[in-house]
Amino acid sequence: MGETPPRSADAGTGGIHVASGHGRPAGASARVAEAPVSTRTPGGDGLGGGGGLPRARAFGAERAFRGLTLAAGTAVLVIIAAIAVFLIAKAVPALRANTANFWTYEGWSPNDTAPKFGIGTLAFGTVLSSALALLIAVPVALGIALYLSHYAPRRLGTALGFLIDLLAAVPSVVFGLWGRDIFVNPVRDFSVWLNTYFGWIPIFGGDGPFGKSIMLGALVLAIMVLPIITSLSREVFLQTPTANEEAALALGATRWEMIRTAVLPYGRPGIIAAVMLGLGRALGETIALAMTLGITFGISFNLIENGGNTIAANIANAFGEANDTGRGALIASGLVLFTITLIVNITARAIIYRRREFTESAA
Amino acid sequence: MAKRVDATNVTAYYGGFKAIENINLTVEPKTVTALIGPSGCGKSTFLRSINRMHEVLPGARVEGDLTIDGQNIYDRDVDVTAVRRMIGMVFQRPNPFPTMSIYENVVAGLRLNGVRKKSILDEAAENSLRAANLWNEVKDRLGKPGAGLSGGQQQRLCIARTIAVEPQVVLMDEPCSALDPISTLAIEDLMFQLKDKFTIIIVTHNMQQAARVSDRTAFFSIEETGDPGRLIEYDNTQKIFSNPSQKKTEDYITGRFG
Repeated sequence: MGETPPRSADAGTGGIHVASGHGRPAGASARVAEAPVSTRTPGGDGLGGGGGLPRARAFGAERAFRGLTLAAGTAVLVIIAAIAVFLIAKAVPALRANTANFWTYEGWSPNDTAPKFGIGTLAFGTVLSSALALLIAVPVALGIALYLSHYAPRRLGTALGFLIDLLAAVPSVVFGLWGRDIFVNPVRDFSVWLNTYFGWIPIFGGDGPFGKSIMLGALVLAIMVLPIITSLSREVFLQTPTANEEAALALGATRWEMIRTAVLPYGRPGIIAAVMLGLGRALGETIALAMTLGITFGISFNLIENGGNTIAANIANAFGEANDTGRGALIASGLVLFTITLIVNITARAIIYRRREFTESAA
Repeated sequence: MAKRVDATNVTAYYGGFKAIENINLTVEPKTVTALIGPSGCGKSTFLRSINRMHEVLPGARVEGDLTIDGQNIYDRDVDVTAVRRMIGMVFQRPNPFPTMSIYENVVAGLRLNGVRKKSILDEAAENSLRAANLWNEVKDRLGKPGAGLSGGQQQRLCIARTIAVEPQVVLMDEPCSALDPISTLAIEDLMFQLKDKFTIIIVTHNMQQAARVSDRTAFFSIEETGDPGRLIEYDNTQKIFSNPSQKKTEDYITGRFG
């Protein structure tokens, strides 16, 4: 009872008055009313609120937090818009000065007095090397991820997963150097072998020299995107509800059948997301490709001859000696890369969205 | 279509922990047998030993003999997947495959067994859904996701999925514990019909349910936490609930313990 005065002072904000014995006969009921108050929140009115409801606060942590998250969300849009505006503003003058067709011209000499440059070969090289890299990396990555999540003993799985994550931390310039100086040798030998025995297939044709080719670039890229796809899809596979895995096993599924019935369908949106992230990295990869590709202009499906170029690699190679128009041209190519990435991401979203009826209920 | 289950000295471990010890029990074909007992007494462990689902967990293993019509399912040369096809299981929480439609869920087991012919799958899907008393509710939306059904419907879908592969024995691990009373009733009714074709073993925490649906009841218990679960009494359900021979059983079913 000694606590009553400070409590009623506090209660002024909300006008709370607890019937703590005022005007009541002393007895069991008074004791019951007081006991929880004094034990649970000394100096307060109990979490349940003992009297009238307090007014909603006009400004509190709730609103502040909401404002913060809103600001963060808006910032993303503003940044993307700013990037787009910057790219367009810089690119347009260069595109105006271009004396060749930007889409079809096979070459890049924007620093000449009559600037000529075309994006076609670069965009082609970008898409070809990335697609090839994914073609190589995705099956391997999914295999590793499934092994880590469903076959390997738990300890080994954790250790290997850690190693794979380490691979993602290797800077791309290291991959580039390794690709250019070391990995190029076996790839060259392999290319020669392919050319000798499968030269009749156009992609393995040509007269050489071989080595610093789209194949080398794509292989190095594949190794670089492997850890991203592996560790993301491993997380996705680990999240498969045990109940679904057991349901499949209880129907008489083998381990692989269980994976096919329960794990892969459940992880499908996650796998797509992982692959798209890998593709994003592959499309934007700069220095490793600038070092491993032969840097030629010309659209060719030949995978093993020296050559190939990508938008990002070209920017890295050509930026140093570029004049104003040259920089504008490179930025225009950057804009095209931006668009390609955007299209890839929208496609991925669309694929995930198409089956949302099934995937949403999966959560 | 229904077989007899014989457990002899079945002992199951989780790593170094002995969960059940020396369970001896015989289940006759085409009966419903209820396993009851306090939490942690090993009912579910024993149930999962019957279709070798216990060993799915890392470090878990089973000792002793478990025979289905005389054939030991723990023999070395027995194919685990064949055992699980013969002994179906319904789990505590409804677990339809979330990415599959109602139809695909029901025929999932058949597809795993290599059945591809549409006519056979269609027929099996309809028969199983009818047997699970679900056909009338879902026949117009077989292509919709199975996870979109209500909890009770999902559980009947899981039962349909289990019986679609025509097992000999159906194990049910607290199949109604996540369901409302009306859905529970629907599944209990279903059990009466299913026992014409299958041997059913059900784990339940609900003693009224055990009394309603089962022919025989096995009471499991543990001495103390950390001790292995043991089979205390196994008898006709009526006897267990009216005149049990063990004091522990009586204490449990009258609510004085557990």
